Amino acid sequence: MSTVPAPSSVPAASSAAGTAGPVQKPRRFTELLLLVVAVGIGVGANILVDPERLASENEHILASGLVLGIGSLVLHVVLRLRAKYADPYVLPVVVALNGLGIAMIHRIDLTTDQAAAGSQVLWTAIAMAAAGLVLWFLKDHRVLRRITYICLVLSGVLLLLPLLPGLGLELNGARIWISVGGRTFQPGEVAKITLAVFFAGYLSTNRDLILLAGKKIGPVRLPRFRDMAPMFAAWLIAIGVLVFQRDLGSAILFFGLFLAMIYLATSRLSWIVIGLLLVAAGGFFASQVFGHVAARLDSWLNAFDPEVYNRAPGGSAQIVQGLFGLSSGGMFGQGLGQGRPDLVSYANSDMIITAFGEELGLIGVSAILMLFFLFVTRGFRAALGTRDAFGKLLAAGLSAVIVLQLFVVVGGVTRLIPLTGLTTPFMSAGGSSLLSNWIIAAIVLAISHTARRPVVTGPATEEDLAEVAAYEAALREAAARDAQERAERRERRAARRTGDRAEDDSARDTGDDATAAQPAVPPTTAQAAAVDAAATEALSATGPGGRRTAADIPHGSDADGGTPTEAMSRLTDQGGHGPRSTENGGAS
Amino acid sequence: MNRAIRHTWMAGTAIFTVLLLALTYVQFFAARSLEAHPWNNRSLYDQFGADRGAILVGGEPKAYSEPSDDDFEYQRVYADPLAYGHLTGYFSLVYGATGLEAALGEELSGASDEQFYDRVVSMFSGDQPRGASVELTIDPELQQQAYDLLQGRKGSIVALDPKSGAILAMVSSPGYDPNELASHDSASVIAASERLNGDPDGPLVNRAIAGDLYAPASTFKVIDTVAALESGKYDRQTQIPNPQELPLPGTDVTLPNYVNGGCAARPQADLEFALEQSCNTPFAQIALDLGEDAIRQTAQNFGYGEPLSVPLQVTPSLFPEELNDSQLALSSIGQYDVRTTPLQVAMTSAAIANDGVQMKPQLVRTVRSSDLSVIDELSPEQLRRSTSADVAATVSDLMVEVVDDGIAGGAAVPGVEVAGKTGTAEIGSEEGLNDAWFTGFAPADDPQVALAVVFEDVDVATGASLTSPSAKQLFEAVLNK
Repeated sequence: MSTVPAPSSVPAASSAAGTAGPVQKPRRFTELLLLVVAVGIGVGANILVDPERLASENEHILASGLVLGIGSLVLHVVLRLRAKYADPYVLPVVVALNGLGIAMIHRIDLTTDQAAAGSQVLWTAIAMAAAGLVLWFLKDHRVLRRITYICLVLSGVLLLLPLLPGLGLELNGARIWISVGGRTFQPGEVAKITLAVFFAGYLSTNRDLILLAGKKIGPVRLPRFRDMAPMFAAWLIAIGVLVFQRDLGSAILFFGLFLAMIYLATSRLSWIVIGLLLVAAGGFFASQVFGHVAARLDSWLNAFDPEVYNRAPGGSAQIVQGLFGLSSGGMFGQGLGQGRPDLVSYANSDMIITAFGEELGLIGVSAILMLFFLFVTRGFRAALGTRDAFGKLLAAGLSAVIVLQLFVVVGGVTRLIPLTGLTTPFMSAGGSSLLSNWIIAAIVLAISHTARRPVVTGPATEEDLAEVAAYEAALREAAARDAQERAERRERRAARRTGDRAEDDSARDTGDDATAAQPAVPPTTAQAAAVDAAATEALSATGPGGRRTAADIPHGSDADGGTPTEAMSRLTDQGGHGPRSTENGGAS
Repeated sequence: MNRAIRHTWMAGTAIFTVLLLALTYVQFFAARSLEAHPWNNRSLYDQFGADRGAILVGGEPKAYSEPSDDDFEYQRVYADPLAYGHLTGYFSLVYGATGLEAALGEELSGASDEQFYDRVVSMFSGDQPRGASVELTIDPELQQQAYDLLQGRKGSIVALDPKSGAILAMVSSPGYDPNELASHDSASVIAASERLNGDPDGPLVNRAIAGDLYAPASTFKVIDTVAALESGKYDRQTQIPNPQELPLPGTDVTLPNYVNGGCAARPQADLEFALEQSCNTPFAQIALDLGEDAIRQTAQNFGYGEPLSVPLQVTPSLFPEELNDSQLALSSIGQYDVRTTPLQVAMTSAAIANDGVQMKPQLVRTVRSSDLSVIDELSPEQLRRSTSADVAATVSDLMVEVVDDGIAGGAAVPGVEVAGKTGTAEIGSEEGLNDAWFTGFAPADDPQVALAVVFEDVDVATGASLTSPSAKQLFEAVLNK
């Protein structure tokens, strides 16, 4: 079967004459400058925690500096090659946070005889490599949509792994680790990504059905059960498994993700309200039934009760010592390496925010939160800018995960909400957390690339027209060749018809006809094919000299399956898409 | 969908705002109460984890921090603990800090205002901030000699430079070992503390400035003499009746003269004779003549009733109020409810020695930051004018006579004019034990040192053999340098 090479999107980027209005620059140089600053912050912090050892024992500083520096450079080059319009702020922010995290872990190693910093540096290298691979191979994030249901299964498996006897590992009452070859891993961290992909894929396909089908009871339209069933299945798996694994933090995280993504897909606040009622009911139920949940609540509400404080395990000593740490930091902090973060248990993982609060003060920890805020904002910015519903949901969902995780962590250590064990993204000691958050950053970068990549609209230039003409000529040529082949086959069949059976041939004929109508875009589902056919018709209807839209032009040979989605999302999602000259929404 | 994305972002922004507010509450508004919380042992760990500055005497550290292997990074060590324990105090995990460890806590830990710049620098350089070291005014040889002279008996010696106020020696006996209380082993610290607190000799008490206070006894007659001369009613030649016993008005008891002195030789005494022999009755009559207020005012002029920090807190000496005549008569000879510290007694002599000007006693000569730059230095400070230069000169002459011809002869140093006054405080003991005093200064024409020496619970003969001869040795030690 013949395929026609579609015109690449490069001319659209280079022929500035053909685009009107603001054009997004790649801004990779900005990223490079910021990366220098970010690596400088990371290395500087690693030096500052113990400057006296700089002369004698500098292996750690050398290793962390090399990993951060080379990793940043490699990722920067990958972005230049594969996603040059990716957001320039995301990578520097993540590198800075990661570097600060390594410094604090190293600093806590020095006073507690732990050796977590070496493994954190190693995991940073692995996570950066993973992010690089994701960016290299995930040129179009819509590929992930194809594995929507694989992700559902994967999420289930990942969450069930720690429950398997022999593989699972129970630490501090929570069974969320697996142990392979002496190394521990928290599969739930990766499940955060697979669940987000599943939610995004499922909701972007079914949001219309969820929104429009079903009975309306009063002001609330209830979706049909079968439309929501896979969602509830995913939710039940997450919550159910986490109840058995006794990890409240992850349960809150996954349920929050579930709520946020349903809201993102449907814009219905009623879902949030229903969800929060479910949380309240579930929380009450859990506090009545599960001792560890009740203990968590007790040590939150009565943290300064001596009995609660001294209770072991599950007392409030950790949160109270964390509060003491934060308060001793005050406004300006004790200075890196000069506080006593080692007095707080799990200071380098769950409680690392208190360590930063103690040594960098309110100002420092606020700056760290602002870095996270910047990361999250760029994620939502990418969600706004990208054109496909799947990408929008995925980017916004992953950003929401980071917000939720920070809320659980920082809210916990400040006693705003009960303290539950979750890592601080990019900072806490822990390979699984680092790996999955770096992959999240890579996916956000990939989506931001499609969001910021310029798409030409407005009157076409001569070159564009020539390109379109060549494309259409190629299409016609292919169609002609197809027709010719068919004609030849028909002749052969006619020659054989004299004495042979012919039922199969007619069936093969109709199949060939369908393929001819979709030369560049192999359909994935019958539904998509129908929409795509409409899009292709629209292309031929506009003809030379007409306006082109993003949905009309295939981005490249690997953009298959995305185009119909775009067309669909454009049909249903009218918000904010007026007569603009560029489709990237002017992301800056 | 974009609207929902924007709304979700706004919700995220709200969450970040709430988190920042929560952090602000914990780290700013609630910080003080959290830091003061009894479970919060961070300040303790902070103090014990820091390289605290040393307390130096004559360039030798008497209290310093040594790196330790336990939970705390440093262990405080005290050299010559018995002679210096009351000055340095201790720096204890269990009982906090006392003595100079407490009074100079900010300097030693590097937290004083003067060290702000150092703290800023160490914040950026990442160096561990270190405390300042403090050099004391103490003369190490004099201090050790004073401690030795007390022979472990209960008592105290204070030596001042009358011109600058510098404290050259300050010893309280018996001593104690602050190392026992600064140990990081809480159980042994508690045991040591219980033992020291249970000791009837009160080794933890700094008798020089903060003991139960002594009756100054006849050393108070110096103040009576000043009051008499200042009143204008008396001069050196004024003859005062000198009965061997003075009936105390309103009572059936009499006030006798000092039995061991030569008072009986003269029925009439001038100030010189009365002071030389320490006759009680002439001074009682002077006090009754001048009145309670005049005596109290003079005492105040020398520092009675005034708070003082050297920077150890000094308990103010007391002159009682609302006295009847018999009480005033007893008070005039430093009995009844007159109470004083050895430092106050030394300060009185120092003011006489320094032409009537009383200098503020000080213990700190220099405060040096960890880079050895001087951040504070002793500057002599006039505390008050206690009396006129003329009166001071007269009293000084009279006190020289006390040593030359009177009952303080044991303090005489050949070739040097020594001024002095003894005292014997009756403490109501059945065995006839007293607190024995000597105070004075030398040389009278160019005073280098003013002293107060007190021995507790000694009989008259022992007291006489201890106080003045001790003073003599201390004078010699200072003057032979």
